[in-house]
Amino acid sequence: MKPLRFTLGKMVVPISAFASFGVILIVIIVMGTILAGGWSTLSWEFLTATPSEGMTKGGIFPSIVGTVLLVLTMSIAGVPIGTITALYLSEYSTKGSYLSRGIRFAVNTLAGVPAIVFGLFGLGFFVQFVGGGLDSIFADGIQVKWSQPNILWASLTMAILTLPVVIVSVEEAIKAVPQELRAASLALGATQWQTIWKVVLPNSLTGILTGAILAVSRGAGEVAPILFTGAAYFLPELPSGLSDQFMELGYHIYIMSTQSTNVEATEGIQYATTLVLLLLTFVLNFSAIFVRSRLRSRVTRA
Amino acid sequence: MMTLTVKMTTKVATHGLNLFYGEKQALHSISLDIPAHRVTAFIGPSGCGKSTFLRSLNRMNDLIQNVRTEGQVLLDGMNIYADDIDVVELRKRVGMIFQKSNPFPKSIYENVAYGPKINGMQNRAALDEIVETSLRRAALWDEVKDELKKSALSLSGGQQQRLCIARALAVNPDVLLMDEPASALDPIATGKIEELIFELKDKYTIVIVTHNMQQAARVSDLTAFFYLGELIEFGKTKSLFTTPEKKQTEDYITGRFG
Repeated sequence: MKPLRFTLGKMVVPISAFASFGVILIVIIVMGTILAGGWSTLSWEFLTATPSEGMTKGGIFPSIVGTVLLVLTMSIAGVPIGTITALYLSEYSTKGSYLSRGIRFAVNTLAGVPAIVFGLFGLGFFVQFVGGGLDSIFADGIQVKWSQPNILWASLTMAILTLPVVIVSVEEAIKAVPQELRAASLALGATQWQTIWKVVLPNSLTGILTGAILAVSRGAGEVAPILFTGAAYFLPELPSGLSDQFMELGYHIYIMSTQSTNVEATEGIQYATTLVLLLLTFVLNFSAIFVRSRLRSRVTRA
Repeated sequence: MMTLTVKMTTKVATHGLNLFYGEKQALHSISLDIPAHRVTAFIGPSGCGKSTFLRSLNRMNDLIQNVRTEGQVLLDGMNIYADDIDVVELRKRVGMIFQKSNPFPKSIYENVAYGPKINGMQNRAALDEIVETSLRRAALWDEVKDELKKSALSLSGGQQQRLCIARALAVNPDVLLMDEPASALDPIATGKIEELIFELKDKYTIVIVTHNMQQAARVSDLTAFFYLGELIEFGKTKSLFTTPEKKQTEDYITGRFG
């Protein structure tokens, strides 16, 4: 009889093949179910119309607009902060100093905080503390403007949630810039900031962009952080400013499946909304890959 | 009447230079006078401190953590390790060529124009002129004049290294430090770099670190031999290679070690 280790060795290939096949299978099942359920509802009108008849008919246009506004404001707030933090960590801080270790610890902790906690933090800090403070200074005391959930607070909450994603991918990109290029620049009498601005950042642009897009596709899929900070069940009008509430795709899926007036009647809408959210994420990811390859070839051709 | 004696003025002088990586001492009390408009070569086995010493002449060692320098490095009599020295200004006067050619992933033109641009020069005509002059001085102009917009990375290894030299010349330095500039090149490209060094010494003071003793003998006027972080011998290249004063120097140049 052969020793046990031979038998085990022979089993590794089929087991790993089976596990890998399982992953593909899950994707096919998920995509297939959503496509089958949502394809017939998906139409141009569905994408461009507002919900009607107690949200049992109509489209999801406000949710698409709200999602886009959310991730845009989030990126404008989060990407610069994340990039600057990554620059500090990789270019300025002394490796292993208490400060840089503290920042890294904070980033890792931030990445591990559950999304719902960010939502509650956003409610307590942005809506009540910051918003309430702004209102007590600027508002007339009768109308409140900032101390209620809105796009701005939801976006800032989401920006904090996605900050670790940005910091990690930008730092990776910055680290990938060869040390020789920094040395060349410094040896020509460039200051450290000139070196960062002219050499380090241009050469890590793809990484910064990738970080932004990863953050967006992460942010587009999160619901918990915007529950209390800005997302609305239904709005008759599109938001007109940062202090307005908004509808959002992920949140729309959640309320349609749990709090709809008629869950059976809206099944098609739910599937189609999920399909749109998935497609949006795919489009984002593919555009990330496209932008990266374009930039990369431009760098090598210069 | 003109005198025909060529006076050697000191460009860079070090006095009792010690350098430590953390606890480990890498350079032991190096005192050396590098004359202007000459090529001075540093030779010695790997790890002897010649590259470290070279990098201490434009304070590139500052970039490495835990490096401590003691003693003086005088550039035209001014101590570059004094507290009030602007390192950025220093590096404009003391340029550097690295072992591995390191052009920026930009066009040939942008590589050469980088230094002048960071110094605030924006006039297109003036930049064009600097780029052309620098590329001519680096003996690269004729090869690239029609493709200045092409990526610097499309050049051959030897061309890239000459581009790096042109880039360093564009900020108009007094001194050029070269850290084994030809060690990654084939013999023909190496020959071109050596010719270039010979031509450049009219205008610049050149210090070159090399592993290759024949190269030191070919291009340099003076040679310093380093061993285990100490300066063993320094003198005219011809006499150092033919009649070395120290036993260690003789052993090294005759190939008995290193």
